[in-house]
Amino acid sequence: MRIHEYQAKELLQRYGVMVPRGEAVVTPEAARAAAEKLGGRVVVKAQIHAGGRGKAGGIRLADSPERAYELAREMLGMTLVTPQTGPQGRLVRTLLIEEALPIRQEYYLGIILDRAARCPVLMASPAGGMDIEEIAQRSPELIFKEHAHPALGLQPYQARKLAFALGFAGEQLGPAVRFLLGLYRAFVELDASLVEVNPLVVTEDGRLYALDAKVTFDDNALFRHPEYAELRDVNEEEPLEVEASRYDLNYIKLNGTIGCMVNGAGLAMATMDIIKLAGGEPANFLDVGGSATTERVENGFRLLLSDPNVRAVLINIFGGIVRCDIVAEGVIQAARKIGVTVPIVVRLEGTNVERARELLAQSGLKITVAQSMSEAAERVVALARQG
Amino acid sequence: MLGTRAPFVEGTRSALSSARGLWYIPVPFKGKRWCKECGALSILVDEHTRVVVQGITGREGTFHTQQMKAYGTKIVAGVTPGKGGTVHEGVPVFNTVEQAVRETEANTSVIYVPAAFAADAIMEAADAGIALIVCITEGIPALDMVRVMAFLKDRPTRLIGPNCPGVISPGKCKVGIMPGHIHRAGSIGVVSRSGTLTYEAVWQLTQRGLGQSTCVGIGGDPIVGTNFVDVLRLFEQDEQTEAVVLIGEIGGTAEEEAAAFVRAYMTKPVIGFVAGQTAPPGRRMGHAGAIISGGRGTAAEKMWAMEEAGIHVVRSPAEIGATVARVLGRD
Repeated sequence: MRIHEYQAKELLQRYGVMVPRGEAVVTPEAARAAAEKLGGRVVVKAQIHAGGRGKAGGIRLADSPERAYELAREMLGMTLVTPQTGPQGRLVRTLLIEEALPIRQEYYLGIILDRAARCPVLMASPAGGMDIEEIAQRSPELIFKEHAHPALGLQPYQARKLAFALGFAGEQLGPAVRFLLGLYRAFVELDASLVEVNPLVVTEDGRLYALDAKVTFDDNALFRHPEYAELRDVNEEEPLEVEASRYDLNYIKLNGTIGCMVNGAGLAMATMDIIKLAGGEPANFLDVGGSATTERVENGFRLLLSDPNVRAVLINIFGGIVRCDIVAEGVIQAARKIGVTVPIVVRLEGTNVERARELLAQSGLKITVAQSMSEAAERVVALARQG
Repeated sequence: MLGTRAPFVEGTRSALSSARGLWYIPVPFKGKRWCKECGALSILVDEHTRVVVQGITGREGTFHTQQMKAYGTKIVAGVTPGKGGTVHEGVPVFNTVEQAVRETEANTSVIYVPAAFAADAIMEAADAGIALIVCITEGIPALDMVRVMAFLKDRPTRLIGPNCPGVISPGKCKVGIMPGHIHRAGSIGVVSRSGTLTYEAVWQLTQRGLGQSTCVGIGGDPIVGTNFVDVLRLFEQDEQTEAVVLIGEIGGTAEEEAAAFVRAYMTKPVIGFVAGQTAPPGRRMGHAGAIISGGRGTAAEKMWAMEEAGIHVVRSPAEIGATVARVLGRD
């Protein structure tokens, strides 16, 4: 789960991470008032769940509260297109008004889970402001890493090593170490999958601030953080995906014309792949769960058909323990109830598959029964082209 | 308590367990093994596997206990805290895994408890001296798994999963949730990060008369107890296995590590597939671990690494069975 910069900064502050003074606003008037409170010279930052805002005009400097008001009027309601938003961009609804700091130097700090090492890893680089991927490509020698002990966490000596590697010394060493330890504590206690401060800045007067901050929560840990529900901004999510989350379905919208409904995530990905191999483009990823109950299939249909690009639907269910005839009945019932009009290709495999195929063939619906995955893909691609 | 490790069971018995007077500590199945009496030979599970079901009285636990018993798996105990002393599905239920092990000599655990309690369940099983833990549960927080893996380090326990379909040696033993009837005993080892996609691959094999030695679902989470390399090593040493099907997916570097292992150590042919060739970057594709981050973990990268290592990479998921047949010259 992703959150906004201003929310991330609020959270990190609780762990002793220094952030610039600021306020999130949704109107130009509030932007002006916030700028006045902050002393006039402020940065106006568009709050969207995507990076690359600076170059796209989503982060701008205002010399006065009046200028902050004007910029806020321009920016609120604008669609910001950055390399991470895709061509459709994101609507700006909230701005962060922040004190403008005199910056001497920028650094990169990030914490993620190292899957191979099975523990969190802190990454730091003096090449601040760049993406970590960019640094990794251009100058990997400038990335310093410390793996935290899986049970005992990050130790102060490790924070010191990183601080020295970044060139902190003298009066800055203490604050830098506290900053790193605070960031690590935030990562663990927030159940984050990513905490990133890019850039971490040192101001002219030698103080450290998280100028930008990104926090992503581990979706699997949301159950023990009910308070995160308040931080969710559904405006930042694809509407169909918001609906899917209401049905507790795994759905990801893509740009193709073939809707797919599959049981199991791996098979769902493989189904998308085989559609592509057959010359089509999948409209979505949808995992209706291992057992593919009627209710889930019905909700799955609702989602698929709310996407206007969908020309044909491929249902690929590997029955396994669930009986195929029951799945088939569910598909037929759901298709009737929802009033599916686009052609459907169904590929079922497992127990009672013959009976299931009969049921589908006799249903009177526009259902093509395929015997294999490749046949299903070829058929659905052909049907999507016709439709 | 410390320093009283019994001298006659080197390496297989933890100090903690011996202190508790457990006399039956199963041997960790970390390499080649066979039964001297009946000659049974397969990796991880076989006729000698004695299973304790953690979360046996829950809906999933109940259903899959029935299924596993029907397949012939020896389910010797169940654990649900607070329901000890009862009998569920004909299986004695205990309050703790330790009791279950002491009373029934269970050597393998399968976990169906909810995500919030699953990490604890894994640690309980390991502490009770269980040699093989199969955790089916999906949705365990990643940082819980970090702690679990730290707990398992230096213990003679292997964890399979979490978020996996389990392990089956067809005709011998099934520990997990996979449909038994699609399998058939034979010589192909299958290892996969997925559930239903594995069934798909297995079914393709079975339809072509290519039976399986053991099928291992290692799980779709970012942190899993057993990775591709561990299972490949077992298959390489397993006399019953003649070729291996490896099914990966986007995210992480497990496939690249597997490829490096295959190149360096495997003499048996490996047939590989990577799901998610069309997956968009930055999105979690159902499985918590299936995400392309920072341009890394793509299917293309993984397939390239696998091909470089001499793995027979299949592009279409419908061609897995056919490719195995071709590689073995049985098409």
